[in-house]
Amino acid sequence: MQKKLVTIALAATLSLTATAAYADTLADVKAKGYVQCGVTGGVAGFSAPDADNNWSGLEVDYCRAVAAAIFNDADAVRYTPLTSTERFAALSSGEIDILSRTTTWTMSRDTTLGINFAGTMFYDGQGFMVRKADGIDSALDLSGAAVCIESGTTTELNAADFFAANGLEYDPIVFVDQDEVVKAFEDGRCDVYTTDSSALASERTKFAVPDDYKILPEIISKEPLGPSVRQGDDTWFNIARWVYFALLNAEELGITQANVDEMLGSDNPSIKRILGVEGDFGTPLGLDKSWAYNIIKHVGNYGEIYERHVGPNTPIGLDRGINALWTQGGIQYAPPIR
Amino acid sequence: MAAQDSERAPAPQTSFFNDPVIRGRIYQLIVALVVLVFFWFIAQNTAENLARQNKTTGFDFFFATSGFDIFFTLIPYSRASEYWQAFVVGLLNTLLVSLLGIIFATIWGFILGIARLSSNWIISRLAVVYIETLRNIPLLLQLFFWYFAVLKAMPSVKQSFIFFGEFALNNRGLNIPRPVFDDKFFLVVIAIVVAIAGGIVLAKWARKRLEATGQRFPTLITSLAVLIVLPAIVWLISGTNVGLDVPKLAGFNFKGGISLPPEFVALLVGLILYTSTFIAEIVRSGIQAVSHGQTEAAAALGLKEGDRLRLVVIPQAMRVIIPPLTSQYLNLTKNSSLAAAIGYPELVSVFMGTTLNQTGRAIEVVFVTMMVYLTLSLLTSAFMNWYNARVALVER
Repeated sequence: MQKKLVTIALAATLSLTATAAYADTLADVKAKGYVQCGVTGGVAGFSAPDADNNWSGLEVDYCRAVAAAIFNDADAVRYTPLTSTERFAALSSGEIDILSRTTTWTMSRDTTLGINFAGTMFYDGQGFMVRKADGIDSALDLSGAAVCIESGTTTELNAADFFAANGLEYDPIVFVDQDEVVKAFEDGRCDVYTTDSSALASERTKFAVPDDYKILPEIISKEPLGPSVRQGDDTWFNIARWVYFALLNAEELGITQANVDEMLGSDNPSIKRILGVEGDFGTPLGLDKSWAYNIIKHVGNYGEIYERHVGPNTPIGLDRGINALWTQGGIQYAPPIR
Repeated sequence: MAAQDSERAPAPQTSFFNDPVIRGRIYQLIVALVVLVFFWFIAQNTAENLARQNKTTGFDFFFATSGFDIFFTLIPYSRASEYWQAFVVGLLNTLLVSLLGIIFATIWGFILGIARLSSNWIISRLAVVYIETLRNIPLLLQLFFWYFAVLKAMPSVKQSFIFFGEFALNNRGLNIPRPVFDDKFFLVVIAIVVAIAGGIVLAKWARKRLEATGQRFPTLITSLAVLIVLPAIVWLISGTNVGLDVPKLAGFNFKGGISLPPEFVALLVGLILYTSTFIAEIVRSGIQAVSHGQTEAAAALGLKEGDRLRLVVIPQAMRVIIPPLTSQYLNLTKNSSLAAAIGYPELVSVFMGTTLNQTGRAIEVVFVTMMVYLTLSLLTSAFMNWYNARVALVER
């Protein structure tokens, strides 16, 4: 028996030669045939599963765009719902390939967590939601309030900064899971629910009577939400970044899911380049030259994604605002494909 | 030396490798090496991969400004405090809920265990139903029930349920008046201490007298009377004033008094009700482990019923009760980490949740947290082992 154990232990040791960190994510992804994408447990408009467990949302569509660029198949994605406290460990451990989970791009996250942000899918800011019955008109009236917050978020820090800066007292009631935060607010445990204002709008749609709640006018922080990848894999980082830029460029050039095939015959050199008719911009990314065509064909451009999930015609109903293209008064801007 | 050689002599053909003693040593050495190499490999691999992932590591984050607030703290804490202070806040909150949980779960568990053995059919059946129900529902679900289901039924702040005049119960928790003692109150405290000391001396004297003469003295009632009367007299003579800091509605919530947030109450109630069912079963098994003959023998010796229980049954039952009771205490302490789900800011929520996420030092934070629970468990265990050694029967 003892002999057997020794043999097993030795064999185990020998088989465990240094396991490297994930160096070539693209090769791994191609080998397994799908992109593993870290998402929220359910924020309507950003990433949420429907009754048949089909995920949809702005951030889900980003992952679908990455899959379309690599596999010419937007469905080659598997989703990992993560809490805010789990997300970074899931990315750096290699459990997921891309983190696209309402994550704010901050300096400390970018520089100390071993991750890189690929871009800003949604420019957001933190706001407050209260019950209309409480008669609160400004965040400055919130002294002494109980505030429901999700644990481990920039929200938690911004709230502390805001209340300290304005000399207001408050009780932060912190939960690990977003669902519990919302439930506690709805049950009256808290007077205020604070998170990114887009998420506030999204959560409000889930309440029994959305009109009983209102979002205060103050926006207390900058929350650029974007996808991130592991640091140290430039090929994969380039793909993550240029998929985002392709979505923006496509909108700017007027290429939509509906007219993309028509656009293949366009005379505009910019359109020819993005669609791979002229030149090859896919190979340097490790993809084929119709990579952007595949994205637009399967997922659409940034504007289409926005309108589909969070735009004015959805229950969430957010105007483009600063998320409009730079040509239309917003700050969404992508370097040219050339 | 020579004797050993002659003992080994009958097997001169046995080779070095077939000597069972030497072979055993070699195998042990190999196993020890393999284990060492394994852990060295893990540590190396972790360090290497962390460096390759460009992650900053180390424990220096303990002294950085935390930047977040905690609403339930036993020590002063604000967003300007450092992470180690957040750690201490979490640790103290864990200790608070564990300690109170252990005390009340023990009391309630003993009551339940004895109720289960009651000769009254209704009481014993009620105890069985209670124990079997709560013991078999996962604790996390019970916590959600106590937190969300009960919270939902609570009135809002403005419609608070007021009882005894000054107690306010609402969906922000339970607000109770806080006694405010003036500077003469220490005289009353001294009187209480003196009364307790007197009670102990009295008990010793009564025991000696019982052993010497067989005469009983009503120790319990006498000491209780002294404990009440003496401080009361001191109170009246000294003219001590005890005021009340009464909770008052101000803005969003009650201010003043002691405020017990629903997270704390739900966690404590959940832990007590769940753990007490296990303790009840342990107590029952402990009592049933003492054979009925012991009680009968004690009765035959002429011991009164209380003495039979106190001198014969309980000492023997404790021998069976203490070891599993220790594991229940450990379980309760560890189960308190489920609080993160219902927003009570204990160690796992504050440190392994918020701190880990804000600093990104997953390995360091998880390591420290595990060490804390390990230390707490070992300390509890050491204390209970010491107590067990004291109450264990001396086998004759």
